[in-house]
Amino acid sequence: MRMSTLKNFNLRDFGAGIWAQWNRGTRTIFVLVLLSLVALLPFAAGWGPTSFLNTPITSFQNVLVYPVGMFVLMALGLNIVVGKSGLLDLGYVAFFAIGAYSQGVLSTFYGWNTWEVLPVGIGCAMLSGVLLGLPALRLRGDYLAIITLGFGEIVRIVALNLNVTGGPSGIAGIPNPPGFFGLKFDIMNPQNFFWVVLALILLTIWMVRRFTVRRPGRAWEAIRQDEDVAALMGVNTLVYKLWSFVIGAAVGGAAGVIFASKVMVISPDMFKFDVSILILACVVFGGIGNIWGVALGASILAYLPERIRFLADSRQLVFGLVLVLMMNLRPDGLLPRKKREKITEKGAK
Amino acid sequence: MNFSVLTSQFWSLAFQGLALGLIYSLVSLGYTMVYGVLRLINFANSEVFMVGTFSVLYLQVYILRIPIGDPALHGIKLIAYLALSLIGSMIVCALLAIVVELVAYRRLRARGANRLASLISAIGVSIALLEGFSMITGARGKIAPRLLDKWSFGEVAGANFRIDQVMAIVMPIIIFFLLDQFVTKSRLGKSIRAVSMSEENSKLMGIDINRVITLTFCIGGLTTGAAAFLYTTVYENTVFNVGFNMGIAAFTAAVLGGIGNLRGAFYGGLALGMLEQFASAVLGSQWKSITVFVVLVVILLVKPNGLFGEAVQQTRT
Repeated sequence: MRMSTLKNFNLRDFGAGIWAQWNRGTRTIFVLVLLSLVALLPFAAGWGPTSFLNTPITSFQNVLVYPVGMFVLMALGLNIVVGKSGLLDLGYVAFFAIGAYSQGVLSTFYGWNTWEVLPVGIGCAMLSGVLLGLPALRLRGDYLAIITLGFGEIVRIVALNLNVTGGPSGIAGIPNPPGFFGLKFDIMNPQNFFWVVLALILLTIWMVRRFTVRRPGRAWEAIRQDEDVAALMGVNTLVYKLWSFVIGAAVGGAAGVIFASKVMVISPDMFKFDVSILILACVVFGGIGNIWGVALGASILAYLPERIRFLADSRQLVFGLVLVLMMNLRPDGLLPRKKREKITEKGAK
Repeated sequence: MNFSVLTSQFWSLAFQGLALGLIYSLVSLGYTMVYGVLRLINFANSEVFMVGTFSVLYLQVYILRIPIGDPALHGIKLIAYLALSLIGSMIVCALLAIVVELVAYRRLRARGANRLASLISAIGVSIALLEGFSMITGARGKIAPRLLDKWSFGEVAGANFRIDQVMAIVMPIIIFFLLDQFVTKSRLGKSIRAVSMSEENSKLMGIDINRVITLTFCIGGLTTGAAAFLYTTVYENTVFNVGFNMGIAAFTAAVLGGIGNLRGAFYGGLALGMLEQFASAVLGSQWKSITVFVVLVVILLVKPNGLFGEAVQQTRT
């Protein structure tokens, strides 16, 4: 008896139930407390009770920016493509790379600062999303997967072979972003980068939530469940698939721009196929389609390899085994999407 | 751009492309067979290939005790040792493929999980194998002993018919012929085809699905093992991440031919091998993979299910 209740227990529904009972005031307070806790994360390593979070080798504050913050941001972006509209994208790193190289090229050759490059980098990523999406999104399922995988490799190989991108050695000396409100962005203040990434994450969450309850969200849901039926019901599937692809690309591009100005040196081997796979793993591990699950999954998968660095060489091995084990224990991820959506998913299968 | 090689070295390139392409098509069977039955990309297959190359190497060095740098073997001993390496590699790969299925797929399938969950679980196995072998074998890679003296049958139209490359062409053709016969004629082969058409109906007809799936992984492992043997014999070295490029190429080959289709994998591998050789000769090897992917996109736009694929109606994530 107890086993069966445990099996049917869905943390996401449980949380949503509590949330529904609260009134506006309680919700506001809860969100504010949660937000301030997250915003205080950079100082967690220095405070006694939470100092177990501290990471060996790379400093905790840097780990929070990359990989943790960046992976959460990118996983949320990829979740729009994979989770919301059900398109398998294996080359998401391409958009990250395009954002990073826009920052690299525009700042070192033309002296633009990060905040000026940000919209341009997002634009470049979106444009490449359209260029890739127009032919690729006519294909389905695993054919789309191989085309996007190929695109990811193409972007990396082009970066490896062009002069403007510095070839295999990449671009060095990318300037940090200029400060504002007295916040300085340099190697001494990684927490400021974290807050910028956090702001982008919140913006993305807000955007995704708005989309989900409006026409595009409903169209994506219909496409994910059954594309033929969606088309029959008058959804312009290509346009909406393209939109989800392009919005996902925009988030990846934004992450790339900030990443490049944080690490100051970029090279093609930072944008390998493994990154795409890792971000996809974050999405599926956390709970595909559910933003809170995705954010949690990405934080864990990005943080875990840094935390277990004391295992040295075997940490990636442990990481792989954790992935297998977790997927076998919770195939729908840590925080699965709403039950309603899950049932229809099974029905469609 | 160097178009003159197309006339001066055409046959030589075509021959090398043929040998490379047939190795690809053997590995791509590990993807396409599994895809046909489970509708899943078997991401761990690239690591099965990697383990195969190391099993050939370790078998030759530690069990057959052939030191690296020894003169090549001849006569009966050569044939026996080659056969032993081939069989050893095929058995290791087949067993590993079956274990991968048990660890990464079976439980998830029994629970009716999302296809992506299986994908990530397979990727987890793949990462674990990759990192495990990089710890055991070191990051620098290993040189395999030279069993086979690489003599040439002679030159025809500028192409040098080296024994190892001839072997890499003849052996896959034999394997494909046998496999084709097996899948179309034998009872077990028919049950594989039945499951790939409809799992539900096959169950109703009394087919043991789990046995068929194990068999499918086993066959994919066997062919991947043969490919690993050929790769190690031709290139005489291996490294822990050798599976990565091979896996991507083989998966591309499978998609090019029409994934889930046996003959498609054969022709897809051939086409890919040729294309890679000609593209790297004409454009330079750094643009090789870009050419391959551009051609793949164009082919998929004209024929959305690959060259030999049938309509895949129900594929989605």
